[in-house]
Order: sequence, then C-alpha cells, then structure tokens
Amino acid sequence: MNDMRRLKILVADDTDTDRLILESIVRKEGHTVVSARNGVEAIAVYAAEKPDLVLLDALMPELDGFGAARKIKELAGDELVPIIFLTSLSDTESLVQCLDAGGDDFLSKPYNRVILQAKIKSFNRMREMHSTMLTQRDQIVQYNNRLLQEQTVAKHVFDNVAHSGCLNAGNVRYFLSSLAVFNGDVLVAAMRPTGSMMVLLGDFTGHGLPAAIGAMPLASTFYGMVPKGFSMTDILREINAKLKNTLPVGIFCCATMMDINFRKKHLKIWNGGLPDCFIYHHKDRRISAVKSTHLPLGVLSNRAFKDNCEYFDLEKEDRIFAWSDGIHEARNIAGDMFGEERLKAVFEKNMEPENLFKEIIENVQQFVGSSEKDDDLSLLEIRMDEPARVNEFAQQASDKYGNSEIEWAMRFEVKPTSFKVFDPLPMLLNVLMEVPSLRAFSSTLYTILAELYTNALDHGVLKLDSELKSTAEGFADYYRLREERINSVTEGFVRIYITHKTNENGGLLKVRIEDSGDGFDHSGRSENTLSTFGYSGRGIALVEKLCGRVTYLGAGNVVEVEFSWVSDD
Amino acid sequence: MEHLDYETLNTLRQVMEEDFDLLIDTFIQDSSDRIVKLREVVGGTEADPIRRAAHSFKGSSSNIGALRLTTLCHALEKKAMSNNLEQLDQDLLEIEQEFAQVQELLRTLA
Repeated sequence: MNDMRRLKILVADDTDTDRLILESIVRKEGHTVVSARNGVEAIAVYAAEKPDLVLLDALMPELDGFGAARKIKELAGDELVPIIFLTSLSDTESLVQCLDAGGDDFLSKPYNRVILQAKIKSFNRMREMHSTMLTQRDQIVQYNNRLLQEQTVAKHVFDNVAHSGCLNAGNVRYFLSSLAVFNGDVLVAAMRPTGSMMVLLGDFTGHGLPAAIGAMPLASTFYGMVPKGFSMTDILREINAKLKNTLPVGIFCCATMMDINFRKKHLKIWNGGLPDCFIYHHKDRRISAVKSTHLPLGVLSNRAFKDNCEYFDLEKEDRIFAWSDGIHEARNIAGDMFGEERLKAVFEKNMEPENLFKEIIENVQQFVGSSEKDDDLSLLEIRMDEPARVNEFAQQASDKYGNSEIEWAMRFEVKPTSFKVFDPLPMLLNVLMEVPSLRAFSSTLYTILAELYTNALDHGVLKLDSELKSTAEGFADYYRLREERINSVTEGFVRIYITHKTNENGGLLKVRIEDSGDGFDHSGRSENTLSTFGYSGRGIALVEKLCGRVTYLGAGNVVEVEFSWVSDD
Repeated sequence: MEHLDYETLNTLRQVMEEDFDLLIDTFIQDSSDRIVKLREVVGGTEADPIRRAAHSFKGSSSNIGALRLTTLCHALEKKAMSNNLEQLDQDLLEIEQEFAQVQELLRTLA
C-alpha cells in the first residue's frame, strides 16, 4: 500500500477459479476481500459488510449481476459504491445492460492484474471525491438553513422595531417587497408630539444582512427621537453619526426624510442620495421635484454633514411621492431601465390622482414583465390632509397645539442647606424638556441656566468677588474661598422663576433669577462694554449672545432673560 | 494452437503464490463439474442453457490460460446463440478431450 488506504472489496463470482484468482489479485494489492457466489449472496454480503467497491460477475445463478447491481445501488443511497462488472461478454448490448443496471465499468476475462489495479485506484479516487462532495453538500445545506433562520430572526426583530410607527395612517400608502429588510430598503414613520408626521425612506448599499444591520440603528434612533420631539435636523445628524460610526466604509444609506405638518400644511424635506421625490400639486397637476442635494447618511462625519432642508407649502390633496432607485432601475427583458421619463409619463397619463400609486406599480411591473428584477420596488405616497383624517394622534395633537396658547410658570427656591449638596440645574432642565419643541435647544438652555445660577450663587449668596478671577493665582483663591463659604453658609437663597408661553410660531421662555446678595451697580453697564465684567463677565456675554438681552433689575440681585424660540416645522 | 498460455500461468503463479496448486485443483474440479453440466444440457433441446454453460466455462478457461479450451467453448457458445443445435455431441467430445489434455498438462505444473 502506498498512496491508497486499505479498501474492502466485494468479489461476487459463481466460478470458483475466477473468484480465487480475483481474490488473490485484490489481496495482493493490500485490500480486504469479502466474497459471494451468486447475486443473492452478493446483496446480503454488501448489506452486512458495506464494502467500498464491488466486483460483480455478470452471469450468476439465483440472481445475476444486473439484478444484484440494481439492488446494491439502491441500498447505497447517496453513497457512491463503484460496481465493476466481471465479464467475458463483449457484445454491445450486454455491455450496455451492465451500465444500465448501475455498473460503473467492466473488467473482461482473462483478468489483467495491472488493469484491475488501475481501475481500483481510479474508482477509489472517484469515491473519495464523491464523499467529499456529499460532505460539502450537507454543509451547504446546513449553512443555508442557518442563514435563513438568522434572517428570519433578524426580520422578526426588525419588524418589531419598525412596526411601532404610523405607516397605517389614513393618508399614507407604501409598497415594499416582502423581503424589504434584506434588499436594504427601510421605511419608518412616526408622529411627533406636535402632531406632525416624520417619515424616512432609506436605501442601504448592498443586500442581505449587512444592509439589515444598518437599518437597526437607523430605525431605533428614529423611533427613539421622533416621539420625543427632536427636530428633523437633530435626528438626521444623530442617524448620520450612528451609521458613520458603526457601518464599514462603503456601506451607507441613501435617504429622504420629511416632516409633514398637517395643521400648517408645511413640508420640510431632506434628500441625500435618493432619486428626486415628486410633490404632486393637486390643483394644477404640476410636479415639483425634490432633488438630492446631500450625500447619503453615514458618509460624512457630523462636522461635515449638511442638514439644510427644503420647505414647501402644500395644499390639501397634494401628494408626496418618494422611492428608492428600484423603480428607476427596474429593467425589462431587453435590459432597458424604467427611468424617470417613463415615471413622468405615468403622471401625465393619469386621470385620477387617487390611482397614481397603483398605476406607478402596475406600469413598472408591466415594463419588467417576466424578466428577473434587479432590485425590489419601494414606493411611498403621503397625501396632505386634515389632521383628523391622518390619525387620531394627529387630531389630538392638533387640538392641543392648534390655536391655544399654552402657558405655565414655576418658581423654585434653593435654601442655604441645599447649596453644597444640590444642583438644581438637571431638575430644571428636565422640566423644560417636557416641552417637546424645547428639546432642540437643550444645550443652549442649560448654558443659560448654568451661567445665571452660578452667578447668583457665587457672587450673590457667597459674595465672591469676580475680580479675583482676573489672575491665575486669584482663580485658586476664588475656588478655595468658594469651598469655605459654601460649607459655612447659613442664610440666603436663590429663587428661580420660569414662565413659558407658546404662540403660533414657537414660544417664549422667560427666566428670572433672584439672589439674596447685595447685587451690584448695573446702571453704568452698557451692552458694548462686556469687558468691564472681566473673567466673570464672560458668562454673561455668552448668555446675552444666546438670548439677545440680559436685564438686571433692582439692586442688581435680580436678572432676567427671555429666550424666544421658533418652531422649525 | 497451444493448449496452454504459459505466460498467463506464470503470472498466476506469481499472484497466487502458495495458492497456485489450490487454483489448479479448483479449476480441474470446477471444470469437471461444468462438463457434467454441459453434457446434461446438450442432451436437451434448449439453446440458452447451453449458451450459458459454454459462456461460463469459456470465462474460467480464459482466466487459467487454457487457450484451445477457451476457443472450443466460445465456438459452442456461438452455435447455441445462433440456435444451431446440430452435432453438439461432437463439440462436447472435443471439449472433453481438450480438457483431458489440459488437465494432464496442468498437473505437471502443480
């Protein structure tokens, strides 16, 4: 034995002489022999011994070699068991009969040792190849099953994330292939607290799991932020940053995002990399195309990301159409793409706007015909309508925010024992964040409150001299003194008054902070001489920049600012 | 034509080694049985059993290198195949005589 392992070979021959010779040859080659004297015996020995190779005499009593070969092949199933017929038959018909019965080759009498040896080697190679193939086939089946199972789980998870939205609203129609998650298209929609609707249609580069994985952070960020009232630009930036940080280079998301205000009939829209969206004006059947003016999400760092949007005033029954490139790039049998011209033609031919959605899909499907689809179709239609006809939430929000001016006020006082253990800023900010539209300004509001409160506490209650901070050594003294005084303070207060009132365009937030200190002479203060406040004045300069104006009252121990905000939708 | 192909027999001796004598004995015993079988079917009227018996005998004869015996069996097989059943006794006799010769020659080798 050199390069071949020891095989077990079945020799079935009714002629003792022939069998004896064959057994000897096979044994000489280093293989194990099992023998049979007729076809029936051959089948029994095969079943019991499972040999690797079968040498079968064609003509035998009981059951001939042809019958035995058929049965043995049947027993072998998927396994390749080479059968070599032993025969002194030489007519074409008999040889064909051998092959028909499942034989793989012949060995004619008189036996030639060299030829038999070569045949055993060759069939053993074939057998090993076949066995490798079977193993690999089983592995492929296993991998495929696992892949399908993973995709099912991924789709389930994604559906749970994606279906919490408002795609079922009365004015929304969409078409997505059933495996949309895995063709990289994603469609999410949710209501803002103000009753406007935010929708994002995205198309990730690539297909399969990588695309679906990118859709997860997108959907969870979207559904996490929209109901909390974040502005569209904040959400776009957040999604862009998440995708940029998590996705590999080369995978990104072409997307259109819109904020539709049904009460004011406004549309705010951002298009990064998707084909032109169409705004269909009901009155004159005109189409305004919204071109992509941005790079897709997940390409640029947030520093370079551009969030400027386009704004449209719509009328009732106007329709917004958005699509991934699946429609434009759908190919017919000749390989031509559907393209924007054909899409425009659908709009031109249309008689009844209500049918546009259906007609687009029908036209694309007719165009594609039976040829295989390159990409899957994703189509979205949103109709401008009264809030009441969108969904219940839109109506309630509209009633709530519509014409009423909402107003509230709060007063909060920090007492001496609290100064060193309690920072009121997070609590105050939390209250402000309950106003959805103010969330967009959280960092600005924090800066304003922090500066004013710190001034009131440090200079008012603790009576620290801001001049101290004009030198580096003074800074150290300042903080040492502050530490001493805050630990020993027994009297004083900081009172915070906040009022908020909404109006048609946004709202007005007033903050007034009063401290128990002596104040300062603010009469000589002019808006152009911020530097007179030195280091400590910097905070005020900043607040002034953010609010437009900072007013000191009374002895200078009361400060008032107004923060006027304009809703961006 | 030679009775035996000594080259084939030499190869067989190398392959079989100590079993060579057993092979010769087996062939002689096997062939004697076959001749009895042949005589039986030649007495009948059916061609197929004759063809089969002659075919098998041809196979084992060729393996042992019995050249003339192989030729005689082949001739009988062809006659039976073409349904020519005349003077089969003569063919059988020739086979018997040839086998007797082969048997004697093989014994000298063993």
